[in-house]
Amino acid sequence: MMYYSRLRMLGTVGICLLGLLLCLPNALNRPMPSLPWRQIHLGLDLRGGSYLLLRIDLQSLTAARLQSLEDNARRTLLDKGLGYRDFQRDAASARLTFLPRDTGEREADIAALSDMPRAVPGEFSVQTGADGRIAVVLSHDAMVQRGRDAIGQSIEIVRRRIDATGAIDPSITRQGDDRIAVELPGISDPERIKALLGTTARMTFQLVGESGSGTTMLPMVNNPEQQLPISNHVDADGADLTNAGAVIDQQSGQWAVTLTFDRVGAAEFGALTRANVGKRFAIVLDNKVIEAPVVQSPITTGTGQITGSFTAQQATDLALLLRAGALPAPLAVIEQRSIGPSLGADSIRAGAISLAVGFVLVVIFMALFYGRFGLYADIALLANLILMMAILSLFEATLTLPGMAGILLTLGMAVDANILINERIREEVKRGRGPLQAMQVGFERATGTVIDSNATAFLAHVMLFVFGAGPVRNFALTITIGIATTLFTTLVLSRLLMVRWYANTRPQTLPV
Amino acid sequence: MSPRFRFVRDDHRIGFMRGRKAGLATSAVLSVLSLILFFYPGLSLGLDFRGGIVIEARTQGPADFGKLRTVLAEHHVSAAGIQKFGADNDVLIQIDAPREGPDHEAQTQNIEHAVRDAVAQAQPGAEVVRADAVGASVSSELFRDGILALVCSLAMILVYIWVRFEWEFAVSAVITLILDLTKTIGFLALTRFQFDLVMVAAILTILGYSTNDKVVVYDRVRENLRKYRTMPLRELLDLSINETLNRTLGTSSTVFLAALPLALFGGHSLSGFATVMLFGIVVGTSSSIFIAAPLLLLMGEKRLRRDAARP
Repeated sequence: MMYYSRLRMLGTVGICLLGLLLCLPNALNRPMPSLPWRQIHLGLDLRGGSYLLLRIDLQSLTAARLQSLEDNARRTLLDKGLGYRDFQRDAASARLTFLPRDTGEREADIAALSDMPRAVPGEFSVQTGADGRIAVVLSHDAMVQRGRDAIGQSIEIVRRRIDATGAIDPSITRQGDDRIAVELPGISDPERIKALLGTTARMTFQLVGESGSGTTMLPMVNNPEQQLPISNHVDADGADLTNAGAVIDQQSGQWAVTLTFDRVGAAEFGALTRANVGKRFAIVLDNKVIEAPVVQSPITTGTGQITGSFTAQQATDLALLLRAGALPAPLAVIEQRSIGPSLGADSIRAGAISLAVGFVLVVIFMALFYGRFGLYADIALLANLILMMAILSLFEATLTLPGMAGILLTLGMAVDANILINERIREEVKRGRGPLQAMQVGFERATGTVIDSNATAFLAHVMLFVFGAGPVRNFALTITIGIATTLFTTLVLSRLLMVRWYANTRPQTLPV
Repeated sequence: MSPRFRFVRDDHRIGFMRGRKAGLATSAVLSVLSLILFFYPGLSLGLDFRGGIVIEARTQGPADFGKLRTVLAEHHVSAAGIQKFGADNDVLIQIDAPREGPDHEAQTQNIEHAVRDAVAQAQPGAEVVRADAVGASVSSELFRDGILALVCSLAMILVYIWVRFEWEFAVSAVITLILDLTKTIGFLALTRFQFDLVMVAAILTILGYSTNDKVVVYDRVRENLRKYRTMPLRELLDLSINETLNRTLGTSSTVFLAALPLALFGGHSLSGFATVMLFGIVVGTSSSIFIAAPLLLLMGEKRLRRDAARP
């Protein structure tokens, strides 16, 4: 207890110096090759920026699967000469139901549907209900897998779209089963990005038909009152594009978007236009018609141009969306938090002033309350602050305003261990023990108490970290790190200082 | 260098246990009052838990509230609470989140957009310094998680103290913590601080701190139980509290001193948090002495002193 080997001493001092070294990059502006270059990131609330939480509409994914399953089922039944009535889709229960033409055909229906051509194996099961209806039910596992894939794809597309806007340092992470969290440092007005992310951008080319069966009435983008009957059959879609760009149309002088198809798309588009010269086809974006021109002549070059009376921004954004690709399912923004740069600067100032004043107050209190041993506690406190910063830098963690509050509270709590030790030593002195023994017994007895009291605080904050969200997690993080550094600085460092002082001076009485 | 001051003389013995009934009664009354405040007028829920839109704008020159109201109405933003906060040019606009309809989440975001437009139109040159829009579904999840964090923390603390001490210690600690918690909630209801995630963090920190304080006193009680095998529990508790009194007051002071600047300079977002912390430190410290120890006396008088009867 009262002896520190040279190795332990060097180790303790070494850790503190290492901590100081790790903190350095935060104080310097430019990277230095000789230093491990890891900095603390400032949270969005300190540097300004936006946080968006997006939810992917998994139900629409199910609905889309059911739609294509229905097309397939109808075709399969017709091919086998079987009849059906009253197809119904229910996305909530992921099932498709219909009535057989005749109850006698039920077995044949089930057999036909069970091995539909063009179906994904294991994706669905065919069941019969008590009401005589036949149900095609999507398997839960298959839909979970599809959802997972969709999230993965969506993150990729969200990233491409955000990168295309020139945002600096965005962070896009998956959260839970159907969420994507987007952090945009420096962007305090995220309206454009919200609009970009809120657009699915599924572009299709469909013929304009006669209103009636096989068509759906879709509104025009720039005049929602006007609706066109659009054929349900998709002739080509935006997934076949290799490029898109915003240009000014030479003839009209208006903004337009040029499209370049890949080989498959060019062939499909060529076939569509060749077969339908003189007819109208519609360019549909997310179930809204951008324009519906008449096919003048077959287009076989694999390029096209959309002129939908765009503004410059609209044309640029549409081209960006088409280049980045369509989202597999619609995304909705369900939470937004934006902080302007001036508020962020205010917060940094408020946090720094509080931290400095709080630190000084605690330091003065300890020096007055315990004299020399109080000063040792103060040195340990400074080391504690440095080590906390070092660990945050090492993991390149984020620091938010609540995180700064966590650091400050840790400093207030950290001296508790010193107080426990000093009080204990004082008691032992009062009981008549000599300095050496009093310190020895004091350390020994206080250590258990220190660990017990820190363990409970640790548990409470781990819970907060697990269940908390956003800035609160950062608070829990800094306090949790702080508890670890506190144990080191008080149980090892300040004790080392006290022991060294004792060994050097061999005092007759202790200054407690 | 010697210490310059002490809170109480080391040999001073205060008969805390004499005041145990008064302490428990005061605590019970305060907690009941807090519960009443919790139901009426209730907590003022912050954006995190209520959902909605909050926009903070800094205008050039004093803000024109009449014009802001008119323009907001033109943008079809209704039920907007517009208020000044802080300086003359700081405007706070609060709107509840729509909860009905299949697209209420999208509406929430649209309203946020509309408010931005309205602010830009009514107060040219105004900077939107904060814009938060939290949908109804997210806010109810955040609320659930916040409560879950509180309950789990209490459970973990119970188990930890149970394992490290005996069940009387754990139960009286958790009862005390729940009493602390109710008073903090009463304080929140009284001061009308917004109850949000940051406040949950404050409450958890208070619970952590309060537990820490109780553990130190209990630790001494346990030690004295072994040391003075025949001392009546009442005397033993008094002795333990007195022996740890300088530590209790010392640590409360340092935590108080650390939280004080946050309350004074922490700005809008942290001063409420820190004020609640300060309240919690006072409550947590006094409850170790006046609540946790008397409860231990009530529950453990016979059982914890069984050793005394042994030869």
